Amino acid sequence: MKAMTKTLMSAAMATAIAATGAQAAGLSDDKLKIGVLADMGGVYADVCGPGCVTAVEMAVEDFGGSVLGKPIEIVTADDQNKADVGSAKVREWVEDQQVDAVTGLVASSVTGAVTKVLTDNKKIALISTSASNAFTTKACSPYNAHWTYNVVALANGTVKPMVQSGKKKWFFITADYAFGHALEKVATGVIENNGGEVVGAVRAPLGTTDFSSYVLQAQSSGADVVALANAGSDFVNSLKTAAEFGLTEMVDVAGLLVFTPNAQALDPAIAGGMKLTTGFYWDLDDETRAWSKRFKERHGSIPAMGHAGAYSATMHYLNAVKATGTDDSDTVMKHMKANKPNDFFARNATLRADGRMVHDMYQVRIKTASERKSEDDIFAVEKVIPGDEAFAPMLAQCEFK
Amino acid sequence: MKINKLYLGLLGFALIAPTILYPVFLMKVLCFALFACAFNLLLGFVGLLSFGHAVFLGTGGYVTGYLMMNTGITPELGILCGTAAAALLGAFYGKLSVKREGIYFAMVTLALAQLMFFVYLQAPFTGGEDGMQGVPRGELFGLIDLSDNMAMYYFVLAVFVFGFWLIHRTIHSPFGQVLKAIRENEPRAVSLGYNVNDYKWVAFIISSALAGLAGSTKTLVFQLASLTDVHWHMSGEVVLMTLVGGMGTILGPLVGAGVVVGIQNYLSGGELGNYLHIIMGAIFVICVLAFRSGIVGEINKVIKRNFSS
Repeated sequence: MKAMTKTLMSAAMATAIAATGAQAAGLSDDKLKIGVLADMGGVYADVCGPGCVTAVEMAVEDFGGSVLGKPIEIVTADDQNKADVGSAKVREWVEDQQVDAVTGLVASSVTGAVTKVLTDNKKIALISTSASNAFTTKACSPYNAHWTYNVVALANGTVKPMVQSGKKKWFFITADYAFGHALEKVATGVIENNGGEVVGAVRAPLGTTDFSSYVLQAQSSGADVVALANAGSDFVNSLKTAAEFGLTEMVDVAGLLVFTPNAQALDPAIAGGMKLTTGFYWDLDDETRAWSKRFKERHGSIPAMGHAGAYSATMHYLNAVKATGTDDSDTVMKHMKANKPNDFFARNATLRADGRMVHDMYQVRIKTASERKSEDDIFAVEKVIPGDEAFAPMLAQCEFK
Repeated sequence: MKINKLYLGLLGFALIAPTILYPVFLMKVLCFALFACAFNLLLGFVGLLSFGHAVFLGTGGYVTGYLMMNTGITPELGILCGTAAAALLGAFYGKLSVKREGIYFAMVTLALAQLMFFVYLQAPFTGGEDGMQGVPRGELFGLIDLSDNMAMYYFVLAVFVFGFWLIHRTIHSPFGQVLKAIRENEPRAVSLGYNVNDYKWVAFIISSALAGLAGSTKTLVFQLASLTDVHWHMSGEVVLMTLVGGMGTILGPLVGAGVVVGIQNYLSGGELGNYLHIIMGAIFVICVLAFRSGIVGEINKVIKRNFSS
């Protein structure tokens, strides 16, 4: 009995100390500062870029502009899709300018370098638009929160049904860096597990404008499906070239990562009917439509999934800071993982211990010209993929408490 | 005597600078300044325009990065190995390229550098477009932890001062006199009995080794070696730094690197970020049209005109 009281007492004491500790911590420098790092003018500018800045601004405004009575500041920078530029900027942010969390984060190569700097400095990365699954597997960190989607979800959502429907031979046109390699590897695994085979692959540097030689190789490979393991304007350019060479008539072309602005930029005659996987679509229900309408009024175009993800992640982070009363990364991250994000973007969502945000994904089809009612009417949602089916299970070594 | 006072003043400023300015920014300036000084040794004092100098910067960086990540050697050894690798590559490339002059020399160096660029792009150990990430800074001589920015800064400053001293010494040696003679009038140097190609070759090796030293140090500072350092844009940037600062002056590249890196740093965060390349281009054009001898060159002229007697 005595022993038990003692235990209870000490537990209560510990809680009290922890609570006062957190209260006393407050905000480390009398403000909360969020950095938005993205490609602002290059191949990925449309899928995050200035739109992510708008989304984060919206989140901060919706939150009230201040937390714990202190102002919330936003700083932004252009990483030019270069790992050295991005990591140098983020290093300056956290070491010299008291930035507490960084969001945006597009090209996986940049995100890889940036998350290392953030982890070294114990600051949170809210990854909205990167695709590589490395940030919650081999490069996992207790300070990573990978939000919108990843390559595993894309491969499971897009590739699996196609292989199962009898398209067995695959050829890849891959973006030659972390994201493309990861996507190709994961998709290859899905293809082989379902009885398909990969007959070949070519790697094109990021920002390639002339895809004709790659498309010709794909044409002569004898594949049933040509998979485009690239994104942004690389995807648009490669698909246009494929259409010009008549490849889209001969075989199925599968876009493995298609953002709304890219689909919108393509002629429905080329892209119509293509099936793909996305983490968000503006026209799902009233909630998404209401948010997307506000976004469009400010930004001029409908949101891509990265924009919605940046808003959702920022909101969840701000809520956690408010609830815990501190900007201490460990405490905030613990709260973020313990409490389920729930907003117009995050459906049936949970932030796992490894930093993977698991939520419903959507299998969609690009509408043909005759189906479209307006210029923003791009996708028809075919199926909701539950998060557990879309994302890979957690690895033991990445289970951070 | 006057010059020595100037150097001491600069050194004094460099010692207290990190208390005023962000140390990582200063380290970046010092690394690029060393790179530009190495480049200036060739362009300013031998008259050879190498248009592929980034390959030495990048090679130093990759070798140091690889060794630091995979073998766990101390940073000073890592830097030495990176410098040696750049020097070896420089010896090979130099031997091939000094046989040609003028525009042909520039094109040969560019072509050779592009060869290595594509090797680095495809070789698995460099990480391709991702670069080599998370290079540890390690502990200097196994004693001083360089992960502290201040410790790292003074180490980088020491490396820079050594490189700068070496260049200063080279230029003011009899060997340097011959280099200048070659720059002024090559046939006359030949007629005096100097083996011009050998002199050029040795200068090329010194320059590439120092560029490698700059690259190795830069990799430790940013804990990253990437394709940006091997790209021909970087070879162009060092030309810009040298010209803005003052070609053929010993302090010019230092000033040029400070100006160029400072502008890049200042603009990258602001609204003007998208126009960075246009602004740099405009500066280059103005510099070439209006003050060809660069900032330090112009200051030297003013001093000569007004104060020398």
